[in-house]
Amino acid sequence: MLEVDGLSKSFRGLHAVQNASFAVPQGGIVGLIGPNGAGKTTCFNAIAGVFAPDAGSIAFAGKPIHGLRPDQVCAAGIGRTFQIVKPFAGLTVLDNIVVGALLRSKDVSAAKNYAAEIMERLGLGAKAELPASSLTLPDRKRLEVARALATRPKLLLLDEAMAGLRPTECDQIVAVFRELNRSEGLTILLIEHVMRAVMALAQKIVVLHHGEVIAQGAPQDVVRDPAVLECYLGEETVV
Amino acid sequence: MIARLLEGVPRRGLAMLAALLAFLLVFPAFASGYLVSLGFLILYFAYVGQAWNIMMGFAGQLSLGHSLYVGLGAYAAAALYVHFGLSPWIGLFASIALCALAGAAIGFLAFRFGVAGVYFAILTIAFAEFARIGFDHFAWVRGSSGLFLPVANYAENDLWNLRGSPRMFYYLMLGMAAGAFVLCHALLRSRVGYYWRAIRESPEAAQALGVNLFRYRMIAVVLSAAMTSLAGVVFAFYYNNLFPEQIFHVSRSIELILGPIIGGIGTLVGPLVGALLLTGLAEGLGELLLALGVDVPGVKQVFYGVCLLLVVMFLPDGVWPPLARALGLNRKG
Repeated sequence: MLEVDGLSKSFRGLHAVQNASFAVPQGGIVGLIGPNGAGKTTCFNAIAGVFAPDAGSIAFAGKPIHGLRPDQVCAAGIGRTFQIVKPFAGLTVLDNIVVGALLRSKDVSAAKNYAAEIMERLGLGAKAELPASSLTLPDRKRLEVARALATRPKLLLLDEAMAGLRPTECDQIVAVFRELNRSEGLTILLIEHVMRAVMALAQKIVVLHHGEVIAQGAPQDVVRDPAVLECYLGEETVV
Repeated sequence: MIARLLEGVPRRGLAMLAALLAFLLVFPAFASGYLVSLGFLILYFAYVGQAWNIMMGFAGQLSLGHSLYVGLGAYAAAALYVHFGLSPWIGLFASIALCALAGAAIGFLAFRFGVAGVYFAILTIAFAEFARIGFDHFAWVRGSSGLFLPVANYAENDLWNLRGSPRMFYYLMLGMAAGAFVLCHALLRSRVGYYWRAIRESPEAAQALGVNLFRYRMIAVVLSAAMTSLAGVVFAFYYNNLFPEQIFHVSRSIELILGPIIGGIGTLVGPLVGALLLTGLAEGLGELLLALGVDVPGVKQVFYGVCLLLVVMFLPDGVWPPLARALGLNRKG
């Protein structure tokens, strides 16, 4: 569904991502992991259209999407969340989600109904009329996800959507993603530091280090790969 | 359509609005000529404040050069009237077109090349200043010596040519202010209104949700410019004289944005409340000082400054949001 081929991006001589290639199969959940500064978010931003890659191609559902603007990428069917959450602080929780829902339904009341559904699903129903600025961090993370889901994406990009959550909160949101993946065939690509979430969700893991893909495959295999252990997981006891 | 507009509006707010409208409608019947002129001025600032608010309050684009649109609108309609005897009701189409074009040009430059924030504000000032200096040397509209509309004593109001009493202008401005209010209310509830507010709060997040930033920012600028141009048309025919040095002056831009800032940026009622407070109180203060025998130039400006300072310090969201809560209405009124 998503094919990244030979992706490279530099920032003033810093090679953030070099010749990275990986694929996300339709209906799959893929985890993108790597130490800080490995180029995960750069990969994400290139896919989401924040900037064009220096080299390489990105194809979604068979069509090239590199060089498109973020709104065009979103319209093509890719929703994303931000690592540093960006709620519309002055708008209510429901209105935040309505903005996302308006992409596919031009009618405001239809968008509101759909947004309310998503809001319930993410457990934000009780906070519908509160300004987003009043939410706690876990709720803001949920709002990020709810907004992105409201655009009815075929592929969801999650940039550390679980970081900073308590284990139980993390499990809750993992359950929501599993359910969406199972019932609606939502494809997910997630950047995550929380190994608990990655291992629980991902069917495949891609490991980035210094901007290069050093390993990819089934979670159980990847976490035993010596190269991965050395660069990233060395000190960590993997679940 | 109407049922849809009223949906979700608190009953109390609706009743208050109806009462306010009724009051404004009968006001000229018992008010003196001076008070009617003052009422006109308040409605004028309520209207341009509303128009400016679309750009800043809704879409988050700070314009400090709205005098450009007032001036262009005024000059276009006035020149067509003076030179060709065209009614302002026809001339206003030229005003709207000219201002929409000017707004689109500024918007295109800014949004295509990533000019944002204070730099965008400076760009809007630059265009207004450019017009001020340009019109000073624009012979067709008499340059710096000013364009004057023919004035005579009219036995009755001539609405078609906008020649008549302050009372006529008062009702015209009331219609425009009420129309702008309803339009903004409808816009806020529409898709474009949601997108504007999303852009205002976080452009990156809005874009990630599929919002075409360029398109929606352009809509805001062009619409705001077009609405402001109509205020310019009325301004020209009310005052009957236009000087580039005055109408395009940056102080005029500042003057017209103080209302919505003091009233509450991004709110519907804010521009109205702000216009009432600033114009009403400044004029009242002027009268009071005159009665006391104090005739110091610049007092009005000092008053503006103090007002702004107090609001910034104590009511950072403007007067309306806390007032709305006190009246038992929701934030947006």
